[in-house]
Amino acid sequence: MLRALLLTFSVVAIAHAELCKPDAQNAFKVRISIKTALGDNAYAWDSNEEYLFKAMVAFAMRRYSSKSTTQISNVLLCNVTDRVSFWFVVTDSSKNVTTVPGSEVEAAIRMNRNRINSAFLLSDKTLQFLKITSTLSPPVEPSTPAWLIVFGVVLCLIVAGIVFLVVSGIQKHKKKNKESTERENLEEKVEVTVTLENGIPCEVLDLKSGRINGVFAADDERFTSL
Amino acid sequence: SATPEIPKEDDRPKWDNKFQYILSCIGFAVGLGNVWRFPYLCQIHGGGAFLIPYFIALLFEGIPLLHLELALGQCLRKGSIGAWNTISPYLGGVGVGSWVVSVLVSLYYNTVLTWVMWYFINSFQEPLPWSVCPLNENRTGFNKECYESTAVNYFWYRKTLNITPDITESGTLQWWLILCLATCWAIVYLCTIRGIETTGKAIYVTAIFPYLVLTIFLIQGLTLPGATDGLAYLFTPNLNTLKNPRVWLDAATQIFFSLSLAFGGLIAFSSYNPPKNDCEKDAVTVAIVNSMTSLYASIPVFSVLGFKATTAYWDCLDRNIISIINEFDLPEESILRENYTSWISFLNSSYPEKIAGLKLKSCDLQEFLDQSVSGTGLAFIVFTQAIILMPGSQAWAILFFIMLFSLGLSSMFGNIEGVFTPLLELQIVSKTTPKELLSGIICLISFCIALCFTLGSGSYWIDIFDRYAGSVPLLVIAFFEVIGVVYIYKIERFSKDVKWMTGRKLNLYWQITWRFISPLLLLIVFMAFIILQMQKPPSYAAWNPNYEGFPMKEEKVYPPWVQAICVLLAALPCVCVPLVALFHLIKQKRRSKDPSFVPPEVFSCQGANS
Repeated sequence: MLRALLLTFSVVAIAHAELCKPDAQNAFKVRISIKTALGDNAYAWDSNEEYLFKAMVAFAMRRYSSKSTTQISNVLLCNVTDRVSFWFVVTDSSKNVTTVPGSEVEAAIRMNRNRINSAFLLSDKTLQFLKITSTLSPPVEPSTPAWLIVFGVVLCLIVAGIVFLVVSGIQKHKKKNKESTERENLEEKVEVTVTLENGIPCEVLDLKSGRINGVFAADDERFTSL
Repeated sequence: SATPEIPKEDDRPKWDNKFQYILSCIGFAVGLGNVWRFPYLCQIHGGGAFLIPYFIALLFEGIPLLHLELALGQCLRKGSIGAWNTISPYLGGVGVGSWVVSVLVSLYYNTVLTWVMWYFINSFQEPLPWSVCPLNENRTGFNKECYESTAVNYFWYRKTLNITPDITESGTLQWWLILCLATCWAIVYLCTIRGIETTGKAIYVTAIFPYLVLTIFLIQGLTLPGATDGLAYLFTPNLNTLKNPRVWLDAATQIFFSLSLAFGGLIAFSSYNPPKNDCEKDAVTVAIVNSMTSLYASIPVFSVLGFKATTAYWDCLDRNIISIINEFDLPEESILRENYTSWISFLNSSYPEKIAGLKLKSCDLQEFLDQSVSGTGLAFIVFTQAIILMPGSQAWAILFFIMLFSLGLSSMFGNIEGVFTPLLELQIVSKTTPKELLSGIICLISFCIALCFTLGSGSYWIDIFDRYAGSVPLLVIAFFEVIGVVYIYKIERFSKDVKWMTGRKLNLYWQITWRFISPLLLLIVFMAFIILQMQKPPSYAAWNPNYEGFPMKEEKVYPPWVQAICVLLAALPCVCVPLVALFHLIKQKRRSKDPSFVPPEVFSCQGANS
């Protein structure tokens, strides 16, 4: 009994070893860079993480073809290195000792890439499935290009400045014109009416009584009072 | 007797204060070249050793010519055309030549500012548009042109310039550049609308702001990793380069063009001064501040370039390390940058075929530092790439481009004054026309002509204008300026005028440099320039995505009609000098036959102002 069991186990082990090896058919290489992604918060890659990986792949297969009955034991990992990198295959539980075609696995992984990445706190770059390309997300395009808004603001400020300066220039010009015409009229009037002699208008000098010289006029203090 | 006469007030505009005038001259001299040409020259000509020919050129060429122009403008109190007409009608061509050069340079200089403005308004996005490549049509990968070169190159050549592969293919007008060009000319109009009344206020901002930003970049740059490598590379003197005459030529041309001599703008600025002003001290101040600014600007520029080279070197190392780790399935972080060389030698000895199969690139820090760029390449490609790597890139990008814009704008003020002031004095327009209208017309016409530079081939044309219109004619005009003042106006008369203005006698230094050294230096520089140009057919580097060596640029020769335009651009301002002299000779001959002819009075500075 024990011997039969041992024989079955060794057969299964050998079969698994044949199914999962580097560059086997339908096998994929995975490369994980935990330290690059998480730095100081990096976790160690151990058998628990491997179990989670197998679970995620099984989950992906189940989600992809809803009728599938992939078990965790269907996912085989091998050649785990210190890098961390390893190979995996997905065996078909219905048919004995065969692997699920690579295209199906690829499509399943592609569909659930986001979920797999977040389970390990990694990204497309740090959890690499070699041979499976990731689709690039389109860039976010805002409805109005941002530069048009800035441009609009700058242009409005400048136009406001120009309008202000031009209008103030016109106002100053008008004021200067008005002032200069006023001054011209005033000067004309003054010139017509007054002729000056030594700074004194002639009409004043014509007085017969003469002009009292203010310096000598208020002279009473010079004479002593009697 | 009549009323006492009220003395007629001089209705020429004045600077609000001396500081405005000095700041305007400094702003005019300090321009984009101080940031993106001087550090490059320092780098390729042996670092600190370049300062020796630079300061010798400053002493014997820069300061004397600057003093000459400032004294001339201050004494004659007219713009370039009027000033030279006053000195001698035969020399009027010098003023006309200056005016033509100012016009040509204003046209293309503002287009460079357009590019700066375009980058500025694009800096408000997250992520910066020049940091990521756009996807191609079916979204399977990146745009081919972008992928083969870099995202920064793609944004500059495709998204900004939309450059054509050849100068003969004009391409279409780029509407986004037209919008930015209109904005730039609107800003120039806003600032120069009433001549120095408005530029005098604007210059406080545009001349001082760049220094603030340079200081901020200096502090930031020095904290970046790799900054010390860049600075050491820049300043380590290599005295052997001084044996190469090219170094001396570059120093002389750099000083000359950096001080913005022979544009007529400096004459215009100093013509608004009060006549009794110490122009000697002003000249020395402006020249020294200009050179110090160049030195000061090269420190942050080279810190950032050193940072960029170091980052590129680390990237190169990291890529190699990843390849090795993946190939040999070694644990992560087993090979670090520090022990990379020891690992490589160990692996090379044990598994040489595997290592050879990896095709690792050799990473050399010196090679990355050697990638020297000047001009628009420095600002729009190299610096923008470095900015992406800094934390808070949007803020740095915005600051950097505002600084470039201010630097360029204050130089534009000088160019526009060089165009504006002579036109005001030529009495083409009547006295009642408001200044606002004249400056508006100038800006509008310049905008319409500058639309040519927004075509696909625009940047090739700007290179042509920069190389031919903004170089040789200036040397010729400056040469005639010195000769005209020293030998036609006569230096004894000029010495008396300067003494009247500054209160000091002209000392021996000015006498010797003005009489002999400066004209000789100008002649030598001019000859050397022409000889160097003649040595090979003029060529340009075209950005051609279909070229085999892409992303390297394709060297192409200018077709004959373009070469003719180059010659025309260089010759047009120069030819004004003999043409105007000839014109006056003919007029004089005809007038001397007229018996009622009275010869004009001999002009003197003091006579005009007392």
